[in-house]
Amino acid sequence: MELCDYTALELTQLLRKKEVSAVEILESSLNRITKVDGRPGSLTGSTQLTDEDKKKVHAFITRTDDIARAQAQEIDRKINAGEDPGPLAGVPFTVKDIFCVKDTYSTAASKILSNFKAPYTATPVERMLKAGAVMVGKVNLDEFTYGSSNESSAFQPSPRNPWKTDRVPGGSSGGSAASVGAGEVPLSLGTDTAGSIRQPAAFCGVVGVKPTYGRVSRYGLIAFASSLDCPGPVARTVSDAAAMLQVIGGADSHDATASPQDVPDYLSTIEDGVKGMRIGLSPDYFRITYPDPKTGDLLSQALPPEIENAVRSAAEKLAAMGAEIIEDVPMPNTRFGIPAYFVISRVEAASNLHRYDGVKYGLRSQQSFNDLNKMYRFTRNEGFGLQPKLRILMGMYVSAAQYSEQYYRRALRVRTLIRKDFETAYDPQGKYRLDALLTPTTPTTAFEMAAVYGDSVLMQYADQLTVPANHAGVPGISLPAGIDAAGLPIGIQLLGADFNESTLFRIGRAFEKATENESWRQVKPQVLQDS
Amino acid sequence: MSEQITQEVFEHLVGLAALQLNPDQAEYLRKQLNNQLKAIHELEAIPLDEDIPISLHGVPYEESGSAKPREDEWIKYPDVKALLDQAPQIEDGYIVVPDIPHTELK
Repeated sequence: MELCDYTALELTQLLRKKEVSAVEILESSLNRITKVDGRPGSLTGSTQLTDEDKKKVHAFITRTDDIARAQAQEIDRKINAGEDPGPLAGVPFTVKDIFCVKDTYSTAASKILSNFKAPYTATPVERMLKAGAVMVGKVNLDEFTYGSSNESSAFQPSPRNPWKTDRVPGGSSGGSAASVGAGEVPLSLGTDTAGSIRQPAAFCGVVGVKPTYGRVSRYGLIAFASSLDCPGPVARTVSDAAAMLQVIGGADSHDATASPQDVPDYLSTIEDGVKGMRIGLSPDYFRITYPDPKTGDLLSQALPPEIENAVRSAAEKLAAMGAEIIEDVPMPNTRFGIPAYFVISRVEAASNLHRYDGVKYGLRSQQSFNDLNKMYRFTRNEGFGLQPKLRILMGMYVSAAQYSEQYYRRALRVRTLIRKDFETAYDPQGKYRLDALLTPTTPTTAFEMAAVYGDSVLMQYADQLTVPANHAGVPGISLPAGIDAAGLPIGIQLLGADFNESTLFRIGRAFEKATENESWRQVKPQVLQDS
Repeated sequence: MSEQITQEVFEHLVGLAALQLNPDQAEYLRKQLNNQLKAIHELEAIPLDEDIPISLHGVPYEESGSAKPREDEWIKYPDVKALLDQAPQIEDGYIVVPDIPHTELK
């Protein structure tokens, strides 16, 4: 076991006891990256993948080794001087390249921002750095976060799943989940708009947290859908995720939607167990909907048995530890999450993408123009890939004056119904009085590269079990819960009431303890099997 | 179901979106838009009472749980040059763009 395989909290203890230095931890992390990651995504590299490329993870767009070494040296100096180095001192982490970090390229995995060096640092990143964590680089994602596989990134090769490199890592925080799953770093900062932290976490066998909307500031996050976007942690353990959320959460004068509610001390209650908690199961999360690839008609079927069994097995374990499992909790509007998301997210995305015009920053087409409108059109055509274009066009269509009532306002009212499902389930005076809902995270385990990409409807339905939490604003966590017959991780999801992340951490930690000796916990991802 | 986004509607959208597509891109995008609309039409099957309000956010904005607006104070940005240096073309501190076309309003 190398230093980079330790958890974040273990590393902070080793560091404080002076058993290791921050520089030693960092070098272990950088060596792992060099060993398993392969060439970073770029606009200009060969698009032909070699056999060697196909065995690598390709999580990164930008490595920041020199900046990281300077940070690690400063941590070591503080420790030797007897100064407090911060709660996450010396812990290497990656940042999804959708966050601005001063003086680094902040690309959103898009050609249109490929030359953009942010003049300021996003609040969650700033807080990680202040806590002593060491940023080793910016990791890949779907272009502007638009996707669930990372294949839409303009920076190729796109990330691959460390468990099986012919599979996608999920998305859009695929680089984050892949970098944590491959043992490159213990922590990564991602974002979740429809499941973009939880789905790749499930695919890569790691923990992913979508905090309550407003728990973490969005300042410095390049926006997709502003009413849905949530920055959050990707980690290898529940405790590490809790420690990271502790650091990045809280009010921010730069973001009026960041909640002023205090961030609780998550680690002080995380070992309190689940005795007396009411945890719900809903039949509406055990059926999946997907479009027929030929006709486009929506079909419905039961979950794959291995995924359903993982959820039911988790429920049994939690019951054995004293939780009360409440069956048949109705969440009837779950199936409308994706159709409503197709409308709401596109309207918000189209609005946010209008700022990319080749005038103030980012790419401008190099053709010569004597007409501003022509410059806009050519710049946006050259700079955006197909997925941003698709979202702009749909956003403009469904928000047009003649269609707004039929589509946009209707979707916003459906959102109210989805929110109501959760309010009813968690109502302390209601019939169910849940502390959390236990569900699968994804309808499938990681799918093969190129198997879905291009079919924008089928790809979107990969998020059908995660997107309701984004509409409702409630927190969610995905936990590793087994390995399927193909050797791929299975994720389960816990959804909680507003700002009740501490409950999710308690349940997640109890589940971790109950399964720590199970054989699937000992299986390593493919890229680590010879190490 | 016939295609809802016809070629004519699509071209209008492309103009509004300030895009300039090649034929292959246009064909792919129009097909995907129509496929997505099939999924979106599922929303029409939901019975919605007149009194169901819209939700612009999941978590309600309540005064006790929301940040108070900050004072509307002008604060000088510490590094204006860093911002201007991001612009593709500047001249004497001004951002330069091609001519803005003039359109006669009818």
